[in-house]
Amino acid sequence: MKSVLPLTTVVLALIGVWYLAAALMNAQLQRDQFANAGRTDYSTQDLLGASLNMERPKLPAPHQVASELYKLVFATSPTSKRSLVYHGLITLEETLIGFAIGSALGIGLAVLIVSMRWLERSMMPWIVASQTVPIIALAPMIVVILNQFNVTGVAPKAVIAAYLSFFPVTVGMVKGFRSPDPLQLDLMRTYSATRAQTFMKLRAPASAPFFFASMKIGAAAALVGAVVAEVTKSEDGGLGARLLAGSYYGQTVQIWAALLAAAALSAALVGAIGFAGRLTQRRVALS
Amino acid sequence: MDVAAAARLKPDDRRMPSAADATIEINGLSLRFDTADGPVQALSDVSLRVARGEFVSFIGPSGCGKTTLLRTVADLENPTEGLIRVNGMSPREARAKRAYGYVFQAPALYPWRSVARNIALPLEIMGFGKAEREARVAKGLELVNLSGFGKKYPWQLSGGMQQRASIARALSFDPDLLLMDEPFGALDEIVRDMLNQQLLRLWDVTGKTVLFVTHSIPEAVFLSTHIVVMSPRPGRIYDVIECNFPRDRALDIRETPEFLAIANRVRQGLREGHSYDG
Repeated sequence: MKSVLPLTTVVLALIGVWYLAAALMNAQLQRDQFANAGRTDYSTQDLLGASLNMERPKLPAPHQVASELYKLVFATSPTSKRSLVYHGLITLEETLIGFAIGSALGIGLAVLIVSMRWLERSMMPWIVASQTVPIIALAPMIVVILNQFNVTGVAPKAVIAAYLSFFPVTVGMVKGFRSPDPLQLDLMRTYSATRAQTFMKLRAPASAPFFFASMKIGAAAALVGAVVAEVTKSEDGGLGARLLAGSYYGQTVQIWAALLAAAALSAALVGAIGFAGRLTQRRVALS
Repeated sequence: MDVAAAARLKPDDRRMPSAADATIEINGLSLRFDTADGPVQALSDVSLRVARGEFVSFIGPSGCGKTTLLRTVADLENPTEGLIRVNGMSPREARAKRAYGYVFQAPALYPWRSVARNIALPLEIMGFGKAEREARVAKGLELVNLSGFGKKYPWQLSGGMQQRASIARALSFDPDLLLMDEPFGALDEIVRDMLNQQLLRLWDVTGKTVLFVTHSIPEAVFLSTHIVVMSPRPGRIYDVIECNFPRDRALDIRETPEFLAIANRVRQGLREGHSYDG
């Protein structure tokens, strides 16, 4: 209960700021619309009410986004191309496949880097460089290149999601595998443990807390990758495609609804990983 | 005859075991660390023999190289010069043959393993079967009075209990040699007394050879058959003092004149070896 009050306060404050910003940003637009319609007798209250309920506002008000979300999530058939559930599932699929590939690649790279020191010096600069290229510039290239090899559909988007998600996993797991202190490593030496044994019995279990932290960042990054990929190739649908469609037609309410849906999806993924982490920790403590 | 007087020997005519029955033989050992501030002479021309079944304590101020000496015997450091034989082998061969158990200053238990599984760790690595592991873990827990605590996790145990678990872990694969680096340094006096008695009993029962690094004079005199007094800069052996109390000694020998005489000699050796003239 203690965490509810501060959280509610923050949410209410954010919504308040949002309403204020919406009113301020839309007011001029609404005034122009009144002027175009020849209305001059409106009160401030009329202006405020109209500003918060425009069809294509600069910034939609929270209740507009909420009702749009409700309409597109619950009141629309999930098979409809307008449903956010339909598009959310497309994004989720790409994200999960990309995340699986990315985290496997990330862990694999971390294992290699920790086992062979020279690999860190030769590979780490490339791994870092790979993330300095803006993904929005790279995504269309990946789609085009993979298309040459007849790789289409979910795959190119999963690849882009993997491209973004492997990096935090690699960095986090390298740190995790190196987290044992010198004493714990010396202990393994006194047993003449092989490198593989030291890895399995010390480095791997010691990396568990880093594993779940890396997974959380990796999953969020995979979702960003999937959405960016969908913007690149919007005919297949997905939350990114809805963002793009919304911006084509100035449907700001739709953009914000898709945006919040993507945020909720990301939060759910990160939450699920956090839950798995706590479950593992509890099992270790109780077994 | 006064025990202290009998034990008082010049460093050059120390009573040492012959090379044949020495478990550990160290000859002209030197070790230099190359640090950012220039080379540091951690050990200089150290020679020592330890016979099977002895309990040898190393005492000296910080920086006298006692921990480094122990780590060199364990093949955790490489000597710059000199020779070490452990059971007639080089330290590397001895380590490969799992000739020793090492107890560190901190328990170094793995927090994700229960106490029993921590004790089983070396057994898993050395390929013991499951039944054999369980039997040895039960025996080890009993040896250090931790029966019933096998399922607990390290954080659920007191510091003294953790260190006892780490001793059980070092003994689980039954090495002849036990290397202990200030195992009780972080514990309070009362717990330390108790663990000293338990360690002595354990040494008596198992007949292991023990090398024991300590900061405490009473601890060294109470536990040892030989006390090696070391002095710093460069780390070297200043004196080796024999200490012939019966193997089943009790804590109250610490009040006897013999005990106090040896403790005095250790203290004097530490003071003389610590002079900064020049």
